[in-house]
Amino acid sequence: MANPIPLRTADNATPDAIVEVRDICKRYGDIEALRGINLDFERGKLTTLLGPSGCGKTTLLKIIAGLVPATSGQIRINGRVVTGPGPERAFVFQDFALMPWATVLRNVAFGLELKGMPQAERHRIARHYINEVGLSGFEEKYPHELSGGMRQRVGIARAFSVNADVLLLDEPFSAVDEQNRRKFQEDLLRLVDKERKTFLFVTHSIEEAVYVSDRIVLLSPRPGRVSQIIEPAIDRSAAPDVIRRDKGYLDVVEEIWQGLRQYAE
Amino acid sequence: MHMAASPQKVSATGGAGSGSSSIVEALADFARRRKSFWVAVSLAILFTAWEIAGRVPISFAFPTFFETLSALIEMALDGTLLPAYFITFQPLLLGVAISAVLGIGIGIVMGLSDKAEWLLAPVFIVLQAAPMAALVPLVTFVYGIGLVAKTLAVIMLALPVIVLNSYKAVRHVNPSLVDMCRSFQGTRMQQIFKIVIPDATPVLFAGLRLGIAAGFIGVMLAELLITPTGIGDLITYHRSVANYAHMYAAVASIIAVSTLTLAALQYVELRFLRPEKRRK
Repeated sequence: MANPIPLRTADNATPDAIVEVRDICKRYGDIEALRGINLDFERGKLTTLLGPSGCGKTTLLKIIAGLVPATSGQIRINGRVVTGPGPERAFVFQDFALMPWATVLRNVAFGLELKGMPQAERHRIARHYINEVGLSGFEEKYPHELSGGMRQRVGIARAFSVNADVLLLDEPFSAVDEQNRRKFQEDLLRLVDKERKTFLFVTHSIEEAVYVSDRIVLLSPRPGRVSQIIEPAIDRSAAPDVIRRDKGYLDVVEEIWQGLRQYAE
Repeated sequence: MHMAASPQKVSATGGAGSGSSSIVEALADFARRRKSFWVAVSLAILFTAWEIAGRVPISFAFPTFFETLSALIEMALDGTLLPAYFITFQPLLLGVAISAVLGIGIGIVMGLSDKAEWLLAPVFIVLQAAPMAALVPLVTFVYGIGLVAKTLAVIMLALPVIVLNSYKAVRHVNPSLVDMCRSFQGTRMQQIFKIVIPDATPVLFAGLRLGIAAGFIGVMLAELLITPTGIGDLITYHRSVANYAHMYAAVASIIAVSTLTLAALQYVELRFLRPEKRRK
């Protein structure tokens, strides 16, 4: 990917915004979780919402997904205001949200099953994405027979199967151990490249954010606001190990850490 | 009950010590692997304690295990046991079936809707707390002494347990799975039938097992308190003629039937409804 010179300012008039967040506020009783969030997410890019716990990043993602109602403000997808879940968005859950009584195949095909697609067709699509996430041969296994990393691959295959434009990933690797997480991040980048979809990614890991993102939105806590937008210009054509030692990569990690350390307890 | 005999016999042979080390080893190996061995040992200890207590004797009205066992075989052979069960099972099956369908239905509705919960939960909590044995005689005033009254006694015992467990089962469904269904635009009906009910199944069945156990209590209360029929009649009759071995045999047989019914239900659940548990 040929990235331009690092852009350090929030430019709201993104030319091709697929997801537009306008003045989103969220209150839980007396607690103000999000205040005045305005963001655009560019089509085909991977944007990360990064911030310390309590900054409302998962809440914001769930508002965009239509799973949590906003107190005020608007979410527009492809220019249309949405108020609930829709076919143009698919969600990947932090705790995987797999049905323990269903096989990998049925879990992956579940989004299509809900839409009423005939079994043969939905199984064909599900098998394709099971293969894409590297789980071939596990179609008839049950979730409890898989490791945490493999379970999340099922969750990602399920999100891909419904062919949504936007994939919303809520800390997808937080329940995956470190070694598998790195492998997983590399696989995700390959899928991002191949599937040409828009990704919104929530994480609390700075390294993960810098490694996978085209754009990082830093949120500050209590109440959650956008504090900074960073576009790490990293050459992803390099090998993963090279990227992780790249000076530009390390500088961005350091810069984000400097911005966030004031919130660390 | 005949299960108790085999391990005793085998260990007795092993104790005799005539080149029996391989048998002991085989037995030890079996004991490590098989749960059924320990079940048999548990029953053997119980029945041995019973036999000793009967021989002491702790009461002239307390028969030994083998007296009870022979009385049970006698009753099974002379054709008193089977017709008695036929009578007892009528209100039991009817009551349990009604309680299961109604109880799971009401419980699920209560779990899905706050209003239904507020409306119905207090009734069933009171019913569950109430000493039902005291209420069974009241049923006779209204419904007489027939099948209806006895079925009602079974329902009174079984229904509250099943309702409250089903309600809890639905309330404890993984919220993340419900969100998942919503995020893929599942309808409310799909959410209930594809997510909520399957995820609640283990607890629904736990409630069903408790309900059936309560149903057995209900039918025995009915047969002892309303009019002696079926197994209740066998117990009452043999007690009145001081035929204690037969009385105990009837009591023990209904306990055994209840236990086996619950074990069978658990088997059905694991075998047919929880595919993910099958391979364990």
